[in-house]
Amino acid sequence: MELNLLVFCYLLGSVTFIVGLKMLSNPVSARNGNLVAAAGMFVAILGTIFLYEDEGKKLGNYGWIFSALVIGTIVGTLMAKRVKMTAMPEMVSLFNGMGGACAALISVIEFRHLIHGYDPANYASTGYSFFSSLDGTTMLIIFLGLIIGTVSFSGSMIAWGKLNGKIKDFAFKGQHIINLVILVLNIAIAAFIIVARPEETPLFFYAILLLSILYGVFFVLPIGGADMPVVISLLNSFTGVAAACGGFLYDNKVMLTGGILVGAAGTLLTMLMCKAMNRSLSNVLIGSFGSSAAASGGAGPQGGTYKEISLSDAAVVMSYANKVMIVPGYGLAVAQAQHICHELEKTLEAKGVEVKYAIHPVAGRMPGHMNVLLAEADVSYEKLLEMELANEEFKSTDVVLILGANDVVNPAAKSDPSSPIYGMPILEVEQAKHVIVNKRSMKPGYAGIENQLFFQPKTSMLFGDAKKALQDLLAEVRSI
Amino acid sequence: MNQILNWIAAHQEMAYIVILMIFVGIEIIGKVPSVLHTPLMSGANAIHGVVIIGAIIVMGQAEEGNTIALVLGFLAVILGTLNVVGGFVVTDRMLEMFKKKK
Repeated sequence: MELNLLVFCYLLGSVTFIVGLKMLSNPVSARNGNLVAAAGMFVAILGTIFLYEDEGKKLGNYGWIFSALVIGTIVGTLMAKRVKMTAMPEMVSLFNGMGGACAALISVIEFRHLIHGYDPANYASTGYSFFSSLDGTTMLIIFLGLIIGTVSFSGSMIAWGKLNGKIKDFAFKGQHIINLVILVLNIAIAAFIIVARPEETPLFFYAILLLSILYGVFFVLPIGGADMPVVISLLNSFTGVAAACGGFLYDNKVMLTGGILVGAAGTLLTMLMCKAMNRSLSNVLIGSFGSSAAASGGAGPQGGTYKEISLSDAAVVMSYANKVMIVPGYGLAVAQAQHICHELEKTLEAKGVEVKYAIHPVAGRMPGHMNVLLAEADVSYEKLLEMELANEEFKSTDVVLILGANDVVNPAAKSDPSSPIYGMPILEVEQAKHVIVNKRSMKPGYAGIENQLFFQPKTSMLFGDAKKALQDLLAEVRSI
Repeated sequence: MNQILNWIAAHQEMAYIVILMIFVGIEIIGKVPSVLHTPLMSGANAIHGVVIIGAIIVMGQAEEGNTIALVLGFLAVILGTLNVVGGFVVTDRMLEMFKKKK
């Protein structure tokens, strides 16, 4: 009876995951979808704690389990509640890493469990290896869970460090070859253990653990900060597969369905994200090399001369304009300048200037990130224009203020077939009368290419951190 | 060859689930608008926290004297809980923002 109830709990859990994910992909039902999945998860966890039994034996160590659950819940809630909206992506990455580490730990414990009680002396005399008695399928699944979970963990940690600026992009010659070697070596060791069952199996097991950590680190390190969303999404689907390995191990259907579901949906989502940026997945993963080379090459021959604009001039131009369009980008998110941006918008509106925002679908650190960010700063929904609408309005716009966006306004995407971003839909800001670009320096954006927009006669540059520049600009506008 | 067939036959239930779930996973998010990419990723992130069930089973089966298994299991349950709880709360916060502006 109790076991049947548990089966029902798991069935319920699996269905809520599917329904929840489905609802999450629609703006109207998204929030409820999240709650539906959470409720299903709650039922599945409670069911496991109280109803699970293996060969008639119930689970023990309730004290340990509940204290771990309480600690995890409190810490997790606090972290998730406190994190700033701009830091959302790295939070997701961090939580993803936790899940990966959890899957890897399960594999470690199960492996220790498997070889528990092994005493070489008992087998030395018989000439029969203990390890040859182990079930190959179980070992394969343990290794898979270990490798995928660990790569997901170390990769997510690097992604997290990169997004909050603690870790810089780092690539060296032959990195991809080393990555490949590590991966092949990993698979070879795992295959060797399963086929040959050497005496040193435990040693090899921990070698795999170490190599997997290294692989995750080297896999993510060379990829540019702005590509992190794609990488996190990919690692997200990895963790899903690692969770599914646990499902195999315990013959647990809800882990299997949940894990594979996320693995499949996550992979597709990764590809959709790439598509929104008009790039291929391999380009994101391997292209880091090419782009860093292009960046160093592109920085040499300057595309012409650019002119700077003073704060007071910028303030005057904007205050006496009829219509100002703000193009937020990566720089705004990094500087967390969304609130001050909203202040500027209100101040300009009070002076009778029409202010709107042009949102490129992949502007910011993650697709849709700008919408969330500006919504947080109470910018009204009607002011956010999608790309197509914005492109029609640029013709009647007097001043475009670009805040830390670069590639999404690069005209090369339309005019230069040799450009790596050629074909990507862009915001056609050059149709406006005047363009003010706020950037920290003349460095190219993450695609690593020169932006001709900056050298056009109607463009002027306003250098500095987005938050600082906006504060100063706001002060100037107010004093007019 | 025979071995492979035997293996598939022995695990056919699992094989069916895996294949069906791959299709379901791809089908249900096929038409997601790009604005929802981030919350959807975050929501999926919380769902793979289901790995915590494995951690609970490991923890619950650890023998009293096996300190390493207890400590590792304890750690695994904490990490899994972080993934689940943190994941769902972060997703809810993101989606709250979407609602507010309507």
